[in-house]
Amino acid sequence: MDRRKFFRLLGAGGLFGLLKAKAQTLPWDEDTFAPMKTLGAPLSEYGQRSPFEEGVVRYISPNLRTRHSGADFAPLEKLEGVITPNGLHFERHHGGVPQVDPAKYRLVIHGMVERPLVFTLEDLKRFPSVTRTYFIECAGNGQNGYRNPPDPQLTATRSRGLASNASWTGVPLALLLKEAGVKPEAKWLIPEGMDAAAYTRSLPLEKAMEDVLVAYAQNGEALRPEQGYPVRLVVPGWEGSIQVKWLRRILVTDLPAMAKDETSEYTDVMADGKVWAFTWIMDPESIITYPSGLQQIKPGFHEIRGLAWSGYGRITKVEISFDEGKTWRQATLEPPVERYAFVRFKMPWHWDGKEVVLWSRAWDEKGNTQPTREEFFKKWGRNNRYHYNAIQAWRILPDGRVVNGDRPLGQQAFGPMGGCGGEVFDG
Amino acid sequence: MVKRVLVLLALLGLAVGARYNLGTPISEELVAQYDLRPAVLPDGRGLPPGEGKVEEGERIYAEKCASCHGARGEGYPFNRLVAEPFPITKDTEPAEFAIGNYWQYATTLYDYIRRAMPFGAAGTLTNEEVYHLVAFLLYMNGIIDAHEPINQKTLPQVKMPARELLELDPETKRRFPWLTLP
Ligand code: HEC
Repeated sequence: MDRRKFFRLLGAGGLFGLLKAKAQTLPWDEDTFAPMKTLGAPLSEYGQRSPFEEGVVRYISPNLRTRHSGADFAPLEKLEGVITPNGLHFERHHGGVPQVDPAKYRLVIHGMVERPLVFTLEDLKRFPSVTRTYFIECAGNGQNGYRNPPDPQLTATRSRGLASNASWTGVPLALLLKEAGVKPEAKWLIPEGMDAAAYTRSLPLEKAMEDVLVAYAQNGEALRPEQGYPVRLVVPGWEGSIQVKWLRRILVTDLPAMAKDETSEYTDVMADGKVWAFTWIMDPESIITYPSGLQQIKPGFHEIRGLAWSGYGRITKVEISFDEGKTWRQATLEPPVERYAFVRFKMPWHWDGKEVVLWSRAWDEKGNTQPTREEFFKKWGRNNRYHYNAIQAWRILPDGRVVNGDRPLGQQAFGPMGGCGGEVFDG
Repeated sequence: MVKRVLVLLALLGLAVGARYNLGTPISEELVAQYDLRPAVLPDGRGLPPGEGKVEEGERIYAEKCASCHGARGEGYPFNRLVAEPFPITKDTEPAEFAIGNYWQYATTLYDYIRRAMPFGAAGTLTNEEVYHLVAFLLYMNGIIDAHEPINQKTLPQVKMPARELLELDPETKRRFPWLTLP
């Protein structure tokens, strides 16, 4: 219909009549105007997302044997920007999420200190505060990469969603330690959670003095219970499992505890059969979130989007390959590009409708980058559970479906290994 | 160089001096009361007095642990606890990892069972019961024999086969040259 005819019709029968008569040919329908016809919802004390967004949820694997020790994944391909909304930050815990009354909350610092101290939440908030954006990534992130042959149903969420990024506010742990007066022979801190697992790890004092936060806020509001309400450690760039949640005490001492979760779990079986301990620093990672596994695209313009981060500091560049690593093109990084934080990368792209495989790899300020699958398994064992950071490939099929583009490595079937119990219970 | 050291010392002095007088000092007695499940270190610090016996452990295990870890520790529905007393190889599947083939420190067993087990009822075992369970599990894994006493003195001496596989991550070693594994 031409424009003049359209306006004549409009004059004659009104828009309503037109909609009725020619509903299929219009690029909208009556419901498009519905919100303008009645008053909307009144003021509310705590804003909720639109009911239409209720499908955007964390992924919980049906294979877990208990949801009290396990992990769920942030839905990376359904999020924009770099901040993970609080309700979608990935979870991992070993004895359920405790409910802690902030009025009853206490933190004790003791051991090799001049003055053992007990802090209330109010005490902690009175210290000078720091707000920084940091990623937290489970050591078991990428665990689906251990599957061979690769999982055809893989999504960006299940590939790298055991990582999230938030603005954390808290007091530098160094200030609390100075307050207690650390004795010269001390080298280690043993933080402990007030969950049913009384979760503990060992943290070198040096890192604590550098940049560890005792955090009480996440993206401007109090921590979510799953993230350690009311107080957790944030250890920039290091594996999530050392960032003890529901923090109740810190023992200052001269030996690491060699706790269950730094020996039986969170140790890495390497390709030569050795087991590595204290694999704290998270290697560089990137994941294309659009287009990514199980999405569907049409020929024409697309903006390739993804996330990159590294435990070694700042991301310096992200490259995308359209020919499985033969040539690379540099993506744009969206500022700010911060240390130990997610950065959003983008590249304009025209899809011509032909089958193509997309790769991305991140580079950090120390010159580290991501290995290919093949390179990864030269160093790390096939039966390892953690620290998989090989390049994730996405294959666009001619019909526009996007599937896992990783290639099998040999005939032997492996995995899933279930590091951190994300996909299968591994304790 | 000398100047830089002096500046550093001055800064350090400032840092040490600057306290906020927040938080409340507490006595060691109060600390002990708060320390519900003390951390056990690989040298045995944190272990209470008491002694474990294998037969006692067997009885407690059947009652309080077998439903989740299997009658003989074979591990269903939850973690396998018992394996051959040989370390894993690179081909061992993680589902097979257990105390005898993967745990590197015997003290971890005491620390962890007292801290977190039985799952859902943590903190209900007595110190003595934990010793019995540790003795039983070490025995089942072929690490000690039935009459070896397990206590404050002996537990840190127990050698775990998988300890020989354990190495420090080289990047961690580079950042913290002083750091060694116990
Ligand atoms: C209700 C089920 C349940 C019961 C009962 C139970 N456990 Fe567990 N156990 C678990 C779960 C679940 C885990 C894994 C916890 C985690 O994810 O950190 C576990 C982990 C363990 C581990 C660590 C395994 C490893 O290799 O990492 C040991 C050792 C253990 N339990 C010993 C015991 C003992 C001893 C008892 C009896 C006093 C006991 N458990 C009772 C469920 C149970």
